[in-house]
Amino acid sequence: MPAVSKGDGMRGLAVFISDIRNCKSKEAEIKRINKELANIRSKFKGDKALDGYSKKKYVCKLLFIFLLGHDIDFGHMEAVNLLSSNKYTEKQIGYLFISVLVNSNSELIRLINNAIKNDLSSRNPTFMCLALHCIANVGSREMAEAFASEIPRILVAGDTMDSVKQSAALCLLRLYKTSPDLVLMGEWTSRVVHLLNDQHMGVVTAAISLITCLSQKNPDEFKTCVSLAVSRLSRIVSSASTDLQDYTYYFVPAPWLSCKLLRLLQCYPPPEDGAVKGRLVECLETILNKAQEPPKSKKVQHSNAKNAILFEAISLIIHYDSEPNLLVRACNQLGQFLQHRETNLRYLALESMCTLASSEFSHEAVKTHIETVINALKTERDVSVRQRAADLLYAMCDRSNAKQIVAEMLSYLETADYSIREEMVLKVAILAEKYAVDYSWYVDTILNLIRIAGDYVSEEVWYRVIQIVINRDDVQGYAAKTVFEALQAPACHENMVKVGGYILGEFGNLIAGDPRSSPLVQFNLLHSKFHLCSVPTRALLLSAYIKFINLFPETKATIQEVLRCDSQIRNSDVELQQRAVEYLKLSSIASTDVLATVLEEMPPFPERESSILAKLKKKKGPGAVSVPDLEDGKREGGELNGGGERGPDSAAMSASNASTPSPSADLLGMRSAAPMSAAPTSAGSLLVDVFSEAGPAAPSAAVNDDGFLRDLEPPTETSGLSSELQTPVDSPFNASSRRFVCKNNGVLFENQLLQIGIKSEYRQNLGRMYLFYGNKTSVQFASFTTTVSCPGELQSHILSILRATKPVEPVVEGGAQIQQVLNIECLTDFSEAPLLNIKFRYGGALQNLSLKLPVTINKFFQPTEMTSHDFFQRWKQLSQPQQEAQKIFKANHSMDTEVLKAKLLGLGTALLDDVDPNPENYVCAGVIQTKGQQVGCLLRLEPNGQAQMYRLTLRCSKDSVSLRLCELLAQQF
Amino acid sequence: MMRFLLLFSRQGKLRLQKWFTPMSEREKKKIIRDMTTMVLARQPRSCNFLHWKDLKVIYKRYASLYFCLAIENQENELIALEVIHRYVELLDKYFGNVCELDIIFNFEKAYFILDEFLIGGEIQETSKQMVNRSIEASDMLQEDDISEWYEVELFG
Repeated sequence: MPAVSKGDGMRGLAVFISDIRNCKSKEAEIKRINKELANIRSKFKGDKALDGYSKKKYVCKLLFIFLLGHDIDFGHMEAVNLLSSNKYTEKQIGYLFISVLVNSNSELIRLINNAIKNDLSSRNPTFMCLALHCIANVGSREMAEAFASEIPRILVAGDTMDSVKQSAALCLLRLYKTSPDLVLMGEWTSRVVHLLNDQHMGVVTAAISLITCLSQKNPDEFKTCVSLAVSRLSRIVSSASTDLQDYTYYFVPAPWLSCKLLRLLQCYPPPEDGAVKGRLVECLETILNKAQEPPKSKKVQHSNAKNAILFEAISLIIHYDSEPNLLVRACNQLGQFLQHRETNLRYLALESMCTLASSEFSHEAVKTHIETVINALKTERDVSVRQRAADLLYAMCDRSNAKQIVAEMLSYLETADYSIREEMVLKVAILAEKYAVDYSWYVDTILNLIRIAGDYVSEEVWYRVIQIVINRDDVQGYAAKTVFEALQAPACHENMVKVGGYILGEFGNLIAGDPRSSPLVQFNLLHSKFHLCSVPTRALLLSAYIKFINLFPETKATIQEVLRCDSQIRNSDVELQQRAVEYLKLSSIASTDVLATVLEEMPPFPERESSILAKLKKKKGPGAVSVPDLEDGKREGGELNGGGERGPDSAAMSASNASTPSPSADLLGMRSAAPMSAAPTSAGSLLVDVFSEAGPAAPSAAVNDDGFLRDLEPPTETSGLSSELQTPVDSPFNASSRRFVCKNNGVLFENQLLQIGIKSEYRQNLGRMYLFYGNKTSVQFASFTTTVSCPGELQSHILSILRATKPVEPVVEGGAQIQQVLNIECLTDFSEAPLLNIKFRYGGALQNLSLKLPVTINKFFQPTEMTSHDFFQRWKQLSQPQQEAQKIFKANHSMDTEVLKAKLLGLGTALLDDVDPNPENYVCAGVIQTKGQQVGCLLRLEPNGQAQMYRLTLRCSKDSVSLRLCELLAQQF
Repeated sequence: MMRFLLLFSRQGKLRLQKWFTPMSEREKKKIIRDMTTMVLARQPRSCNFLHWKDLKVIYKRYASLYFCLAIENQENELIALEVIHRYVELLDKYFGNVCELDIIFNFEKAYFILDEFLIGGEIQETSKQMVNRSIEASDMLQEDDISEWYEVELFG
């Protein structure tokens, strides 16, 4: 048995692992694991106390089992016990278990936090690091609440060891990412920036990640980091390869730190200070020069590290976009890489060039590489490289090369990998539309797309071609002729039938003069495809037929015959049957005038951003798609959307496509920021459009009248709609609002997608509540809306003005958190809680969530201090039976004195000492502030430790308040 | 930042998983499945980078083990590739000619070494010497512990 084991061998563990490895089948493995689980369970439950070593060993086994992919539902307590062990090895395993397996079980978190707190204050650097690693690994909201203020202190304290500083910096970064609201900027901020000057390279490396993240969020506060970063970078770049000792990696000085420094600088515009800027440009030139030097080592690690810095420097140059000289040098460098023998470098060069292509300084330089890129698309063995080549072609496309690029992409499509076909189709469709000089080319291209890759042509694409044909009367005849020819093919794609049916239904008359495409020939051609098509397409064809009756009265008899036959009029599909029946009836009873009105040609579509673009954005994520825009500003009419001859509607579209760079020199911030921030908001609403009206569905309103012809459009079976019907609705979350009676901050709700954190403050009868919505996934939430409602009475006269000071943004990016503020005013006492309703789209499915907001009457308490004498006097004054509410109940939580005190203080009242003659009892006093009146409240809580019971008595100047408070509080203890 | 690191064998057996952002077990299982199928299907001499959802996936094979690291979109692929290599070097230095079995039988050590190198998806320490020093220091502590423990057992 190769039980290689270092340090402390845990023999039992090694034996268990080799047992598992020797299992011949999955069943045997499961059997062995169950046996072990039973054994561990009995050990943990046994009477004999386990020693630390055994506990460690069993916890480690559980961890192993978990990592094999099995569920573990016990052992957490034992792991937590290990945390407080004095032995490093036990503590370490305990922390590992917690890091890998902890869930947000709040009871457990409290214990863990205690152990962490002890270790953080132990002043033993090894223990401190373990504790910090654990916080960073778990990174939960509760941990942030407990430690967010402590860690900055450790980080900047003068006597903290370097290794602890490193852990603290990254731990703080983690907490800042999960709970930015809890990490408060302060006096430590400026000292963190100066860690860039630290002598210890490891400290700088760790700190810079933190500084970069903080700078992105608070650029002004961290501005000083720019000059510090430049001088640090300059020192590294100019150092000899041995200067930095162990921070030199394969002859490259501090590659990780260099990359991080260059990335930090990308958070800012170019330095304004001439000297700093000069120094930086020098660094960038040195980096570019070094790329031309012969390598100091043949090892791939050497060239990787060196090129990592080079690519990061190029990113910075592109980000600045103000140094034409550097931009062109960067482009040439990447050009060399395009033909490098290392696949990785070819891949990265293609990727990097995509961004260069969007700079006006380097766009032309990028275009010179078109042949190489086309060649890459044709010959690269690796699909991911080919995909980058396709991306670059898309990015470098403009009017001058559009025909060539579209042709190459089309021919590549014939053999393209299935995984990228849909995206390629979208890109071809977008380019064809954007750079079309004549419409016939556009129509040809799209029909070719359908012919070559029909399965991958989404609805957006064929909707779009129809929209454009309908809006452009000069292409209609050509379109009709072309689809007619395309339909002649014995096997044509169903999407072709859809486009053909729609276009001939509208414009078949334009080619009917030719006997080869007479009305009846057109109809027979379409109808020959009918039986092979799916229901939605058949429905579309039926609509085309009724349009034929209007266009060509001579086809009426033939078509009525078709509609009348059993397979239509008695079709098992309701939609088809209904269309057949209604169209048949319409054609036989309506006069030609009525027919002509009802079946009139489609009116032009309102122009809008292409839904294809929206789809591509959705596929690639916002910001990833930059349509080559360079020419938008300059180009003249004659293109599909750019031309002015069609009036305002078409102009609108080109405006929405373009994030036209202004020709002025100050492009830096704008260029990088604008498309990023603009895209998500528009994409959100556009996606909804796709499902509602962007398709040919929109103009169906034109088919007005009696409305029974409600849908000349194909019935769209979009996934968005169907999933909306099965909306998962969470039930109101009562338990969680109960948790907030005695506290104001915490996590209100959490599931796999969303975390809602809450912070609130109350003064007098006013309150303010901050809601933090965190997207836990890596995918954006679209159409994110929240509404707050006050059910029933609450609305009118109990609790008023619950308004959001500002609406939440409609899009929450993956991993991002947004904030909402609610203002609350208490008019008079109340007992219901307001409801928070949240809706958003996650991957097409509508999510709907209703929660009770933890606004309870006790939030408006003002504590009142009073003497024993006063207390009892008032107590007697409030002696009417309805003023008193009393409950006797069993303890549900710890009866510990400190816990009880904390809860009573959290309630908002004053906790009065030395009032009750029995020191075991608690009495409290407070005034509830509402707008109209003040309600005095006295409370007495009598615990009975033996019986584990409480008696709670409330006396208030208003009876409804007594009752409500009593109800609320009885759940708390 | 880095989002996760997975180590798996050529047969797709997972040997180590490190998640730098919270994720449900279901998501994790799905990602593990996606990564293993995607990476194992790659032809030899392909590039080491893939796009996956909104992340970049950097992978490299060392003997029988694949190291697969996901980073955010704006991060640098090449330096991430060297993160993997540095981790391999750290394992190698600790175990001496590291092989898959070392990681199977001493998985907890592999995690400890990783924690000294990366925290919260960012690099804590790039120096091999520094990382090894802290690992060795903790091993020393462990050996002390063990002798202590044997005594307990002898007398108990």
